[in-house]
Amino acid sequence: MTTIDASSAGEFEHPDTIANQAYGFWLYIMSDLVLFGTVFSTYVVLSHNYAGGPTGKDLFHLPYTFGETMFLLFSSASYGLSMLAMQRNRKDQVLMWLFVTFLLGLGFISMEINEFYHMILEGNGPERSGFLSAFFTLVGTHGTHVTFGLLWMVVMMVQAAVKGLTPPVQSKLIRLSIFWHFLDIVWVGVFTIVYLMGVM
Amino acid sequence: MFGKLSLSAIPYHSMIVMSAVGGALLITVVILALITYYRKWTYLWKEWLTSVDHKRIGIMYIILALVMLLRGLSDAVLMRSQQALAAGTSFGFLHAEHFDQIFSAHGTIMIVFVAMPFLVGLMNIAVPPQIGARDVAFPFLNSVSLWLTVAGAFLVMVSLGIGEFSKAGWSGYAPLTELPYSPGTGVDYWIWSFQIAGIGSLLTSINFLVTILKMRAPGMTLMRMPIFVWTALCTLVLMILAFPVLTAALAMLTLDRYLGMHFFTNNLGGNMMMYTNLFWLWGHPEVYIVVLPAFGVFSEVTATFSGKRLFNYTSMVFATIAIMFLSFTVWLHHFFTMGASPGVNIFFGITTMLIAIPTGVKVFNWLFTMFRGRVRFTSPMLWTIGFILTFSIGGMAGVLLACPPADYVLHNSLFLIAHFHTMLITGSLFGYFAGYYYWFPKAIGFTLDEKWGKGAFWCWLIGFYLAFAPLYILGFMGMPRRMYHYENLAWHPWLIVAAIGLAVILIGIVCLVVQLITSIRHRQAARDLTGDPWDGRTLEWAMSSPPAVYNFAKTPVVHDIDAFTDMKEKGVAYQKPEKYDDIHMPKNTGAGFVNGVLSFIFGFAMVWHIWWLAILCALGMLLLVIVRSTDDDIEYTVPAAEVERIENLHYRQLASAAATSRFAGGGSVPEIL
Repeated sequence: MTTIDASSAGEFEHPDTIANQAYGFWLYIMSDLVLFGTVFSTYVVLSHNYAGGPTGKDLFHLPYTFGETMFLLFSSASYGLSMLAMQRNRKDQVLMWLFVTFLLGLGFISMEINEFYHMILEGNGPERSGFLSAFFTLVGTHGTHVTFGLLWMVVMMVQAAVKGLTPPVQSKLIRLSIFWHFLDIVWVGVFTIVYLMGVM
Repeated sequence: MFGKLSLSAIPYHSMIVMSAVGGALLITVVILALITYYRKWTYLWKEWLTSVDHKRIGIMYIILALVMLLRGLSDAVLMRSQQALAAGTSFGFLHAEHFDQIFSAHGTIMIVFVAMPFLVGLMNIAVPPQIGARDVAFPFLNSVSLWLTVAGAFLVMVSLGIGEFSKAGWSGYAPLTELPYSPGTGVDYWIWSFQIAGIGSLLTSINFLVTILKMRAPGMTLMRMPIFVWTALCTLVLMILAFPVLTAALAMLTLDRYLGMHFFTNNLGGNMMMYTNLFWLWGHPEVYIVVLPAFGVFSEVTATFSGKRLFNYTSMVFATIAIMFLSFTVWLHHFFTMGASPGVNIFFGITTMLIAIPTGVKVFNWLFTMFRGRVRFTSPMLWTIGFILTFSIGGMAGVLLACPPADYVLHNSLFLIAHFHTMLITGSLFGYFAGYYYWFPKAIGFTLDEKWGKGAFWCWLIGFYLAFAPLYILGFMGMPRRMYHYENLAWHPWLIVAAIGLAVILIGIVCLVVQLITSIRHRQAARDLTGDPWDGRTLEWAMSSPPAVYNFAKTPVVHDIDAFTDMKEKGVAYQKPEKYDDIHMPKNTGAGFVNGVLSFIFGFAMVWHIWWLAILCALGMLLLVIVRSTDDDIEYTVPAAEVERIENLHYRQLASAAATSRFAGGGSVPEIL
C-alpha cells in the first residue's frame, strides 16, 4: 500500500489536535447560534402576546440595561487583553485579565438576576403571559450561557495557575474566548430586539 | 422525598404491561447472570463500556438499535392485532389510553432509538476507515454521545414499568402535551428521553463533521470521498442545524409544563402552532437524516456488487447536497391543514415536489450502475433492489400528498401512514440492513449467513407489501390514523390483511435472529481472512477484519474515488511498509459511561419531580466534565514492535487466504504474497 510518514519524528498523533478542537468548537457555536435563533424567533412571534399584562414599555429601563451591556462589552475587551498576554506567554497578565473579565461578567449576571428578581416580585414573572415567558427564556438562556462561561473561567484560572500555559490550557483558553465573544454578540441582538425595540 | 413517585406508579392492573415488564426483566436477569457466570464483567467494562474506539462504539450503537427495533416491533404487533380485532361490537384487548401510549412509543422508539443509533453506528464503523483516519476527531465525545443515547432509550423502557408513556403521539403536539390535558408523567418521559438522546446526536454531528472535514487521508479531496462519507457529511450538516431547534422546542414545552410558562398553551398568549412549526423544522430534516445515510449504503453496495464504479459520482454528490438544502424548505407540508394562506401552502407544496428531482437522479444513478455490470445478487444487493422499487412507489405517494388540496383530504389518514412507512422502512431500514450485512465482516471478522439473510429479505419485502398496501386503500376509504376501535366494517378485511403482513415481517425478524446465531456458530468457516470479502472499492477494505485498534499502520494515500480498487489495479495494495512507527491512541475512560448513567437518573428524577436527585446528578455531570478537562494524559502508545506483530499476523492470514483461494470476486491475488 502506498503510504507516507505522518510526521518526520515517525509518530502519528491526531493531526493538529488543537486546531481540530477549535474547529469543533466553532461548529458547536454554530449549533448554539441555531438554538438562539429558535428562541429569538419564538420571542418575536410572542412579543406582543401580553395577555392583558405589562408590555416592554412598562417593564424595561434602558439606562439599567445599558449599564449591563457595558459590563459585558468591557469583559470581552478584557478577555481580548488576556489572549494578547497569552501570546506573549505572560501567565501573570493572563490571570489578571481573566480575573477582570470574571468580575465584569459577574457584574453583568448580578444585574440580570436583580432585574429578574424585581420583575417576579412585582408579579410579572414568566407565567404571566406568552410575551414574558419568551422574554425570561431568551434573556435567561443567554444568562445561563454567561453563568457557565464564568464557571469555565474559574476552572481555567485554576488550570492556568497550576499547570501554566501548556498547549491544552491554551487550547481551552482560545475556545473560552470564542464562547465569550459569541455571548457578547448574542447580547447585542438581545439588547436590540428585546430592550430597544421593546420600549419603542 | 420521592416527588410524585409512589408504588401506585407501577401498572399492576394491566396484564399486558406487567407481562411485558416481566419479560424485559427476565431477559435482563438472564443476560446479567450469563455475564456473571462467564466472569465477563471486567472484560465488558474494560473493553466495551469504557471504550472510545469508534469501531466498538459503532457496534454498541447497532446493538442498541436492534434491541429497540424488537421493542418497536412488539408495539406494532399490539397495534395491528388490536385493529384486526376491534371492529364494530368487538373492542379488542387494548383500552384507548393504552393504545395511545403504544403508538406514541412506537414512533418515538423507531425514529429516535432505532433509526438514529443504527445510522450513527454505521457511520462509526465505516466513516473513519473510509477516509483513512485512525479514529474520530474526539473519541471521548463519541463515547459520551453513545451513552446519552442509551440513557434516553432506558428512560423509554423504564416508562413501561414505572408510570406511563406519552399518549400524545411521537410528535407531541401542543396543547395536548400541556399540563391541563396531559397531567401524568407520560409526556415528561417522552420529553426527557427525546431531549437526552437529541443532545447525544448533536454531539455526534459536531464530532463527525470535524472528522470528515479535517482528518481525511492525504489525496482524498472532497470529490474523492466515498459516497457514504458524502451522505454522512450532508446528514451531519442537517443534524447540526436541525437538532438545536428540537432542543429549544422541547425545552420550551418543558418550561410550560414545569414552570407554568405560556409558549404553546391556548391561553395567556401562548401559540400552539409555534410548537408544530418548530417540531417539523427539526422533524422534516430528520426524515433526511435517517434516509441519506441509507442512500449512501445503497450506493456503496450497488457499486461493489455490480463490480463497477458508481454511475456519475458527481451527480450523486450534488443530488445529495440538493436534498440537504431542500429538506429545510418543506417543513410546512406536515400541516397544510393549519390554514396558512394558499400562497404559503403552494410554496411548500412546490418545494416538496422539487425534492423528487434529486431523489430521481439517485434512482437512475443506481440503475445505471447496475446496467451492464456483473451484478452479484447477495443479500445487500437484494435489499437495494427491493428498496429502489418500493421507494419509488412511496415517493410518488409523497408527490401526491405534496398537493395541498389532496393533502386536505388525506391528512392524518392511513394513506399518510402507508406513505411514510414506505419511505422509512424501505428508504432507511432496508439500507441499514444492507449496511449491517455489508460491514458485518469488517466490524466482527466473519461474514453473515447468506441463506437466512435472503430469507429475511423476502419475508420483509412481501410482509411489507401485505402490511402497508392495504393502508393506502384504507386511507382512500377514509380511515383516520390512531384508532383503537372503529365502527366501519368495510375496513375490517383490509386490516386483517395488514396484520397478516406484519406476521410475515415477524418471520423476517426471526430469520435475522437465526442468521446471527447460525453465523456465530459457523464463524470459523466464514472467517474473513483478507479483510476484503466483497472485492470492495473503498479504503475500509484495505484493513484487516476486524481491524487493528489503530485501523491503518500507515496512513494511506488516495489517488482516486475508489481508492482501494485503484490500489489493487496498480498492484500497490497490501504493500508492506519498510518500517513501522509508534502509534498514539486515545485511552479508554469510564467518564462517558458514568455521564450516561447520571443523565439517565437526572431524566428519571425530572420526570418524577425528585428535585434533590436531579440537582445532585446535574452537579455530578458538571464535576465530571471539569475533572475530565484537567486530565492531559489521555493517550497511550502502541509501540512499533507491537504494530509490526499485529500487521505480520494479518499478512500471514492474507497468505493463507491466497493459498486456499478465498480472495473475493475478481480481485487479483496480490503479488507480494
